[in-house]
Amino acid sequence: MSDLPITAVPPVARPRDEAVMKRPLLPLRVSGLRLASGGAALLDGVELSLAPGGCTVIMGPNGAGKSLLLKMLHGLLVPGGGEVSWNGTPAAQATARQALVFQKPVLLRRSVAANLDFVLKARGRDRARRDALLREVGLLHKARQPARLLSGGEAQRLALARALATDPEVMFLDEPTASLDPASVLVIERIVAAARDRGTRIIFVTHDVGQARRMADEVIFLHRGRVAEHSRADVFFPEPRSPAARDYLAGRIVL
Amino acid sequence: MQSIGEAFHLALSLVLSGEADLYEIVGLSLQVSLSATLLACALGLPIGALIAVSRFRGRGLVLIVMNALMGLPPVVVGLLVYLYLSRSGPLGFLGLLYTPGAMIFAQTILIVPIVAALSRQVLEDLHAEYAEQFRSLCLTRWQSIGALLWDGRYALLTVGLAGFGRAVAEVGAVIIVGGNIDHLTRVMTTAIALETSKGDLPLALALGIILLVLALGVNAGVQSLRMTAARQAHV
Repeated sequence: MSDLPITAVPPVARPRDEAVMKRPLLPLRVSGLRLASGGAALLDGVELSLAPGGCTVIMGPNGAGKSLLLKMLHGLLVPGGGEVSWNGTPAAQATARQALVFQKPVLLRRSVAANLDFVLKARGRDRARRDALLREVGLLHKARQPARLLSGGEAQRLALARALATDPEVMFLDEPTASLDPASVLVIERIVAAARDRGTRIIFVTHDVGQARRMADEVIFLHRGRVAEHSRADVFFPEPRSPAARDYLAGRIVL
Repeated sequence: MQSIGEAFHLALSLVLSGEADLYEIVGLSLQVSLSATLLACALGLPIGALIAVSRFRGRGLVLIVMNALMGLPPVVVGLLVYLYLSRSGPLGFLGLLYTPGAMIFAQTILIVPIVAALSRQVLEDLHAEYAEQFRSLCLTRWQSIGALLWDGRYALLTVGLAGFGRAVAEVGAVIIVGGNIDHLTRVMTTAIALETSKGDLPLALALGIILLVLALGVNAGVQSLRMTAARQAHV
């Protein structure tokens, strides 16, 4: 396994091949995915496959490798070994057809509307969609406000609108509701669920078991950089198979 | 020679009298230094931004050279520009020597490294915050640079200010390529040097006072802009 600094980033490639662009991104196949830093294995041979449609929730204790896995699937991090294949397309060439909502939204130092205008223009989308997107996330009335004055929940909703503005086939969400109040959590879950219902494949990282129960069609449980369990939500929650997942769901400390 | 007190008194009288010669010198100083600052920003900001977002072999060396160039001695720049613009020089055909154009040229060369190096630092910090999001959005390098320059605009005002400060206060380069010709290329700093050497302290002091007031005024203006931006949470 190569030992890469976790900040190593590959150049993001825009696929030029029309055939690649037209081919659906799913199914996803991940094999032998590894990453190490400072001699410690952060991801240690992750194997998984995802079918089209629905919402996959990735759970696991801190340091299990959830965010790293998300960034590798999105093509933002180069794995030290193994392969990510989006229906035959390498991760770095699939990035443009996906969106990632970070735990801490990074907003431009502009108005709410200008944040969306920027992405719509940069990605060659119809800028007339801006107000519809803002309405969808409940921020139309704040369009002229500086984005940096938004509350945590509003900022995350703007980040979601920005992600949706790119019409992603796959949307990654890395603990998007961490430290938000319950009302904001529910609003964000409703927006994500609506995107899923429109056909966007959702891959959602959360520590919140209640949220995972509400959102998940299937669950991937990561432990020590490996997939400890990958099962349907209606199977995972009542009868987790792995000891680590059982302890996690029972609220016991998982090391 | 007058006492310092008398010199100050006469200087203030000159400033308040609105004497045409004095304000002609002030006007030319501003024209030359503001033009040089704008040109240096047009060149230096994209250079700084490009280096801020790029990773390449030898980048460390480029940063060292860029930072070292911030301390370019004005007389050396003046001499080099003089050689280039003199009749037998490669740019002699432009006929710029001893004109305000030559002074703008020299000051631009002097402050481009300042603008490039300082903007690189400002934009690199901003890029560290934005980089992952930009990569996720698959922005091109030029889209990223454009976004960084726009979002860093208030911080970059301070960079421009540093460039203007250097330009308006330097004397070595403009006196060589401008020649300190009355009613043509005489600016505040060269006039101060000349009047001091002649012993005409009130005029030199009057120009010095105006130079200080201008520096304070421009600083206050930029600071006020930054504070307005901070109030609007754009910084």
